[in-house]
Amino acid sequence: MKLQEYVSKDLLRKAGVPVPHGQVAESVDQVEEIARRLGPVAVKAQVLVGGRGKAGGIKLADTPEDARQVAQQILGMDIKGLTVEKVLVEQQQKIAKEYYAGITLDRARRQFVLMLSSMGGVDIEEVAAEHPDAIIKVPIDPSFGLLAYQIRDAMFRADFDRGAFKGLQGILGGLWRVTQDKDAMLAEVNPLAVTDAGNAIAADAKIDIDDSALFRHPDLAQYEAESINDSVERYAAEHNVPYVKLDGNIGIIANGAGLAMMTMDAVRRLGGQPANFLDVSGGARAEVVRQAIQIVLMDPKVEGIVMNIFGGITRGDEVARGLLEAASTMDIKVPIAIRIAGTREAEGRKLLEDSPFTPEPSLDAAATTIIRQVHEKHAAPVGGQ
Amino acid sequence: MSILIDQNTRVVVQGLTGREGSFHADQMKKFGTQVVAGVTPGKGGTEVDGVPVFDTMREAIEKTSPNCSVSFVPGPGSADAVMEAADAGIPLIVAITERTPIHDEARAYRYVKDRGLRLIGPNCPGLVSAGKSKVGIMPNQLFKEGNVGVVSRSGTLTYEMVNELSSRNIGQSTVLGIGGDPIIGTSFTDALELFNADPDTHLIVLIGEIGGTDEEDAARYIGDHGSKPVVAFISGRTAPPGKRMGHAGAIITGGQGGPEHKVQAFEKVGVPVANTIAEVADLAARRLGAAT
Repeated sequence: MKLQEYVSKDLLRKAGVPVPHGQVAESVDQVEEIARRLGPVAVKAQVLVGGRGKAGGIKLADTPEDARQVAQQILGMDIKGLTVEKVLVEQQQKIAKEYYAGITLDRARRQFVLMLSSMGGVDIEEVAAEHPDAIIKVPIDPSFGLLAYQIRDAMFRADFDRGAFKGLQGILGGLWRVTQDKDAMLAEVNPLAVTDAGNAIAADAKIDIDDSALFRHPDLAQYEAESINDSVERYAAEHNVPYVKLDGNIGIIANGAGLAMMTMDAVRRLGGQPANFLDVSGGARAEVVRQAIQIVLMDPKVEGIVMNIFGGITRGDEVARGLLEAASTMDIKVPIAIRIAGTREAEGRKLLEDSPFTPEPSLDAAATTIIRQVHEKHAAPVGGQ
Repeated sequence: MSILIDQNTRVVVQGLTGREGSFHADQMKKFGTQVVAGVTPGKGGTEVDGVPVFDTMREAIEKTSPNCSVSFVPGPGSADAVMEAADAGIPLIVAITERTPIHDEARAYRYVKDRGLRLIGPNCPGLVSAGKSKVGIMPNQLFKEGNVGVVSRSGTLTYEMVNELSSRNIGQSTVLGIGGDPIIGTSFTDALELFNADPDTHLIVLIGEIGGTDEEDAARYIGDHGSKPVVAFISGRTAPPGKRMGHAGAIITGGQGGPEHKVQAFEKVGVPVANTIAEVADLAARRLGAAT
């Protein structure tokens, strides 16, 4: 679960990490009022997408009136398809130096690593691609955590400002505590700044919480809704259905993540564009299948659905029943092609025999059928048929 | 022969008294697996279909001498169950459960490694040595004894693969699901080493997916050390970066984990990467035919 900047900074502040004085706001009145208290401010759009500064989502304001005016521009603006609903209003910082600090999982090493770079304030992935040597990596032993000497060593290697050493060191210690205490997959401060006055401060922050550990963090549950940008994805997450929205028009339903990915790949390989990823999981019951179809159809771009079911624990007849149930309770206007194999395949096929959902002999056949039908629909003249 | 498990494997089921645990223990027994004990704290002294239940792993070991554990303990206690099994000295620990918190898993991984033991998973379907033993949740009826080793990050896709192989009369030595999480106990490379040392495995089918660099590491291993013939498949080739495709580990992040790189890495060391499951079976059949 990705946290907005204002939530990330709140967690860091509570762990003793200095962050700019600020407050989140949802209206221009609030922004003006906050600016009146803080003096010159930065107004920052709270959206979970990169490049918000370049898109005009971060602006400086020296007076409360200015703040109101820039808030007017930012609140409600569209950044890469997302509407800005909240802004963080923060005291402006006079920044002398910018570094990068992040803690994330190093999958190859099977452990977390601290990453530091003197090239802060820019996209760290670009730094990693162009100047890999500019990133210092320190593996963190899960039994002992990030040790003080490791932090010092990494800071010397990354050539961090000695004048602000203590402050920077404190921030890195706090970053690890938040990572551990809040089950973060990623905790990043970029830029990690040193101000003109020589103080270290977390000028921006990004934290991604491990979804599997959310049960330990009821305090973060309130941010779940705003962590998912897409409304269909949000609905699916609320119903515990693994669903990812994609750009195309052919809906995908399969049981198992690997199978769902393979189904997406097949649709693309055969010339179609997948609209989503959806895993109905092992043991899919009729009701779950009905719900899956409902979720896929919430995306108005979907013009056809490919279902790919391999019965292991999942039973072909249950899936067939779910499909028929969906057809009888919903007004399904798009074609659905299904491929069933494995446990109770024959029973499933029999159930679907006299329905509009005649099972196809293979995944490729099911995908081809739907791609063709969608294509024909587009080729047909307006008002045709 | 086979790898990791055979007819002599004695299994203790962690979480035997739960719905999943009891169902799959029964399925394992039907497959022919020796299920010798269960562990559920607080349920010691009871039985599930004739299998004795103990409060702790230590007790289960003393009374029933298992040499493999399989855990159905849900996410919050999943890593703890793995560490309990490791502390009791179980040499092969199979963690089926999904949604293990990653920081817990990092600790459990280290705990098992430090004791020189093997962990498979978590978030995996377990493994089957065809005709001998099954540990985990793979469907019983798919397998056929033979000489193809299968290793995969995905569950259902593995069943699909095995079904395709069996339907063409291509049997399997061992089928191993290594799991879809970002930290897993046994990697593709580990599996390749095991299969390469197994005289009854003549060819290896490797089913990878987007995310991480385990496929690239496996390709490097093949390039450096050589291997029996390998046929690969990568799922998620059309997945966009930054989106988690169901599996916690199936995500392209920080410029890593993309499919092109994995395909290239395999092709560079002479491992063909098939586009479909049927094509994997075609390639396997051809290579096996050429080998005999």
